[in-house]
Amino acid sequence: MASYTVAHAPGFVANDAPRIVTQRFDHPDSYTLERYLATGGYEGIRAALGRSPQDVHSEVRDATLLGRGGAGFPAGVKWGFCPPGVWPRYLVVNGDESEPGTYKDRLLMELDPHQLIEGCLIACYAVGLSQCFLYIRGEMVLAQERVAQALNDAYAAGWVGRNICGTEFSVDIVLHSGAGAYVVGEETALIESLEGNRGMPRLKPPFFPAAVGLYGQPTIVNNVETLANLPWILRHGASAFTAIGTPTSPGTRMVAVSGHVNRAGVYEITNGTTTFRDLIYGDDYCGGLRPGRELKAFVPGGGSAPWFTPAQLDLPFEASQIGPQGSMLGSGAVMVMDDTTDIPAAALTLTKFYAHESCGKCVPCREGATWLERILRRVCNGTGTPRDLDLLFEVGATISPGEFPHAGVPERGLEPKPFPYQMTTICFVGPSAYAPVHSAMTLFPEEFTARVAPNAHLDAQVAPGGSVNGGPISEVAVRV
Amino acid sequence: MSDTTTADAPTGPSTVEVTIDGVSVAAQPGELVIAAAERAGVYIPRFCYHERMSPVGMCRMCLVEIDTGRGPQLQPSCMVPVGPNMTVDTTSEATRRAQEGVLELLLINHPLDCAVCDKGGECPLQDQTMAYGPGESRFVEEKRHFEKPIPISDLVHLDRERCILCDRCTRFADEIAGEPLIDFVERGNETQVLTFPGEPFTSYFSGNTVQICPVGALTAAPYRFKARPWDLNQTESTCTTCAVGCRIVVQSSRNELVRYLGVDIDPVNHGWLCDKGRFAFGSVHSPNRVTAPLRARPETAAAAADFGASEPSQRFESVDWTRALTAVSEAVSAARPGAIAVLGGARGTNEDAYAWSKLARTVLRTDHVDAQLADGLPAELVVGLRGATIDDACNADTTLLVCGDLREELPVLHLRLRGAARANTTRLIEVTPAETGLTRIATRSERCRGGEAASVLRDLLDGDDPLSEELASGSVVVVLGRSSVAESADAAAEVASVITARVPHARFLVASRRGNVRGALDMGLAPGLLPGRARLAEPPAELAAAWGELPADVGHDATGILAAAAAGEIDVLFLLGADPLGDYPDSLLARLGISSAQTVVAVDTFLTQSAAEADIFLPAAAFGEKSGTTTNLEGRVSALGDLVTPPGSARPDWMIAAELAVLCGGDLGFVTSDEITAEIAALCATHADAVGPALEADGVLAVGAAFQPALPPEGSAPPRDGYGLRLVCGRTLYDDGVTVTQTPALVGLRTEPALRVHPVDLDRVGVASGTEVEVHSDRGALRLPIVADAGVARGNVVLPFNAAGIDVGVLIDIEAPVIDVRIETRVPGRSN
Repeated sequence: MASYTVAHAPGFVANDAPRIVTQRFDHPDSYTLERYLATGGYEGIRAALGRSPQDVHSEVRDATLLGRGGAGFPAGVKWGFCPPGVWPRYLVVNGDESEPGTYKDRLLMELDPHQLIEGCLIACYAVGLSQCFLYIRGEMVLAQERVAQALNDAYAAGWVGRNICGTEFSVDIVLHSGAGAYVVGEETALIESLEGNRGMPRLKPPFFPAAVGLYGQPTIVNNVETLANLPWILRHGASAFTAIGTPTSPGTRMVAVSGHVNRAGVYEITNGTTTFRDLIYGDDYCGGLRPGRELKAFVPGGGSAPWFTPAQLDLPFEASQIGPQGSMLGSGAVMVMDDTTDIPAAALTLTKFYAHESCGKCVPCREGATWLERILRRVCNGTGTPRDLDLLFEVGATISPGEFPHAGVPERGLEPKPFPYQMTTICFVGPSAYAPVHSAMTLFPEEFTARVAPNAHLDAQVAPGGSVNGGPISEVAVRV
Repeated sequence: MSDTTTADAPTGPSTVEVTIDGVSVAAQPGELVIAAAERAGVYIPRFCYHERMSPVGMCRMCLVEIDTGRGPQLQPSCMVPVGPNMTVDTTSEATRRAQEGVLELLLINHPLDCAVCDKGGECPLQDQTMAYGPGESRFVEEKRHFEKPIPISDLVHLDRERCILCDRCTRFADEIAGEPLIDFVERGNETQVLTFPGEPFTSYFSGNTVQICPVGALTAAPYRFKARPWDLNQTESTCTTCAVGCRIVVQSSRNELVRYLGVDIDPVNHGWLCDKGRFAFGSVHSPNRVTAPLRARPETAAAAADFGASEPSQRFESVDWTRALTAVSEAVSAARPGAIAVLGGARGTNEDAYAWSKLARTVLRTDHVDAQLADGLPAELVVGLRGATIDDACNADTTLLVCGDLREELPVLHLRLRGAARANTTRLIEVTPAETGLTRIATRSERCRGGEAASVLRDLLDGDDPLSEELASGSVVVVLGRSSVAESADAAAEVASVITARVPHARFLVASRRGNVRGALDMGLAPGLLPGRARLAEPPAELAAAWGELPADVGHDATGILAAAAAGEIDVLFLLGADPLGDYPDSLLARLGISSAQTVVAVDTFLTQSAAEADIFLPAAAFGEKSGTTTNLEGRVSALGDLVTPPGSARPDWMIAAELAVLCGGDLGFVTSDEITAEIAALCATHADAVGPALEADGVLAVGAAFQPALPPEGSAPPRDGYGLRLVCGRTLYDDGVTVTQTPALVGLRTEPALRVHPVDLDRVGVASGTEVEVHSDRGALRLPIVADAGVARGNVVLPFNAAGIDVGVLIDIEAPVIDVRIETRVPGRSN
């Protein structure tokens, strides 16, 4: 173990809620092989090895295990996209958790690395993958050390490597440390990074990883939490899994809460039934806001999700209900803002992050996100004008054309605009830079107009509306 | 440019119907929407897309609304292949807004310094902003700033403020050239293109990045601030710097060549050029060009013993053409029968070569003609072997490389073969004395000692090696060349014998190096050959009728001519752009030949080493100054453009031949270059189509030969000298020829020559890499550094021929099959 201490976020567990992935979090030595084996560890892969791979695959498909990385796509279905008969094929574990507000995967890797390793083995067995790459974000030093130690222990004990449990099944797991780029959390950028290239996303199609992924071979990219669910599913069966939560969103999921709550941390909540109100105000969870404060807004699914207001508090963690209300569950991060929050400043904080993390590949994201940040900064520091507010929407529309999703505001009669959005970029980083700006300006327009009102006279000095030369220049035939 | 495979709309069951802007278009499966649209006449604006490179979808300029049944979505048309029932709208409101948005964003950090930008006037960013842009910007902030142009190599400057990060240059360097010396650094808004620290962009192909840059971010040092695009005159032509024959656009301003651009033709260069070809125009306007005929002053001409002693300015006096040509004709008429010889002719046009071929045979009555200086394959093989095209080589099941390093000798052929190997359309197998630029991408790479390629191949094909089976089935193209001038041409010819005997279906792409050497040989500038790839002994009827009586005996080749001259048997020696003193492998023989010939007449653009020793110098017109045709190594005949006037009274070689014929009492029968082109087409069956507009663009492939070449018998490998190292003299791109030395942009790129040996051999020599040593052959010695290079086969020592500052030819005896040398180290400080 490292001689230095690495602060890590608290993981809390609600008393009587079902526990799937956090079951060992109470033990101080939860990350050791001894503790893991003493608490049913590696029984899932043992159970899997007794069945055919197709059988295991069906079990996972029947469990309707939704991907926990952000998109929420069923893992069992994703596995089925591998073209038959094409080898080798790879498993890539996306441990590059870097969405603002999200730190659940980090805890899973720090506190229960063997559970992740066992999940990898099960996935590899089910889909016939002989090599697994565990990509862990560069900044997560403790997670890397614990996973590395766990891998060494598992190799030594024969749980990973050749002829696992005396069967024909062999898998190698390679640990790879990222270099610190948010966009590498996007699966195609992660693959590029793993190949040794700059972490820049590839366009889908043709680069759907399941068909053309790492080194051009079929590749399954799964999130850490998704894989961590597999040992439990194999041990208890799909039906036990689907008995928890709702039919469309079974099981549990980990949610990282940050912001103005009494007890910020990671919680394992029940999918589909736990509501945001339970999470934020429940005594077993965050225990409400700071004394005397009221909820102003919250981000329901990581920094790139459009914001919600108290009107959406009673929505459950159920993708089919969140989407129509104008946001997404995303990466399982809830950021809570009470009434002391300076909304434009909060939006600026998030937008600044995405502008900084843009990989630079697509023009709208590279140039647009930075421009958004600069306009918003102007508005925040009191030198913006009313025209800048229009400009924010217009620049945003260049990154994400059409109406951007947002929550409804009942008192203003504003109907929600459902998910998803359109985008002119390859990946979601560009629209993510716009999401906080759009949410903040749509849900709290008065905070912005108040900032720019004193400068309204400055706009009058510029030619009103439209182009100085009377509109777009007529079309000219050109060739590159 | 003209792309015959996609220009015609494909039809038939294997096509996909897509609707583009309301019009149904038949597209090929897998074709990208942007390409299908362009073929259908709908231009979708783009910056990063380039049809010769893989798409990246980076600039987002080509976003159009594509509906695949799930409603219209903005998609990058450079990344999306056509699909059934696809509807594309390139003019919708959403498309228009996306285009305006992308252009506004591209311009927010662009410096808009168009007024002082070389690209202004031909800039895709400028043009597309006018056509698709929003009209005005709403950006009021400070723009991104970088240091204004930084030189990233001796040839290329980079202005990162103008750069729009389209990934074209970096993709080219990585994918096409295979020399990824530039790449993106930093991230997001700070992303920039840069070289690696301390490593300049020293690619042989760096100029292409300038040409494909869609803004003025990359500029070429020789062209910077030289002209504005709207002031340029231009004509299409073919580069004759080497024998690949890349199609180019030649551009001039105020009667001075200022820029060459590659033209994309499918069969040859795909739009790419090497830097030597691209920037070679500098030599055309060199102040050292000779602009008037020169005649040696009588006192210096008589003093043959003063060989090389006097300065050209003292040695020569300017004379007018009449005096000069009269002097030549007097020397010709005074010459003994069979004592006139013509060396060279590979630098000119086909018309030049034809005129001199005809002059030599019908007026000078000699067959002592040779366009090669003992540096190529025997002429009969060059014109007579069953030929393959570059495309054939790129699409053969196996392409066998038995030649020098193509990256150094024929750079764009190297690019084509590299691209083919990368696309898996062929597999490369090379048998070379040292690693080449293609070694890393070759399926198999065999090393041989100098001069032993034939025996290595014979052992492979006759033994248990799977190669013989692999070659037995499937198409085979052999790229055959001289990997070294320090071994006899028979060694390369023997490779043809070995392969033809065992793989009869193999075809050959002869890697001739000099600009138009193939054209010169096709026109009969070799002993025993006549125009149209015919033998002197069996002249075609039309040619015999037109030319009349021909020399009875086959004449000497270059070596024979120089040997005869050395023996006092040559009275008049014509040098047609040939410089034996600098360019013939055996320096001693060259010196003896030039000094012993009674009258040396040089027809050249510069006072080369040999021309400086001439008795009469006739200034010739250079590339870009004359029209005509040229032939590349495949036998592809294409038209040359003339754009600028020759300096002074310099004139084309063919014109000199025609005038000389008249003074000698003959008449070649033509007064324009076009008449010669027509005469060639009329008299040569191989060139019957090589006339008129067909010579533009792709040109005309002259095929066939009137005879089967006689292949030399297979011999045994030359005996090894147990003590010595085998000398391998290949070529470097930036050599000591006039193209490089007279081009200001290129002359500094020459590298110091060094002996390269395998590290184990260097250990045997017993000195550290970089130590100066003496290399001795039976003929002579040179002093230069020796360096370790694991790419050199054991037993070989590699030294580039015609390298700057040394005369490698002093080591070479042209009569020896191979040259074995020994390395001597001297104790420092001790004198001889």
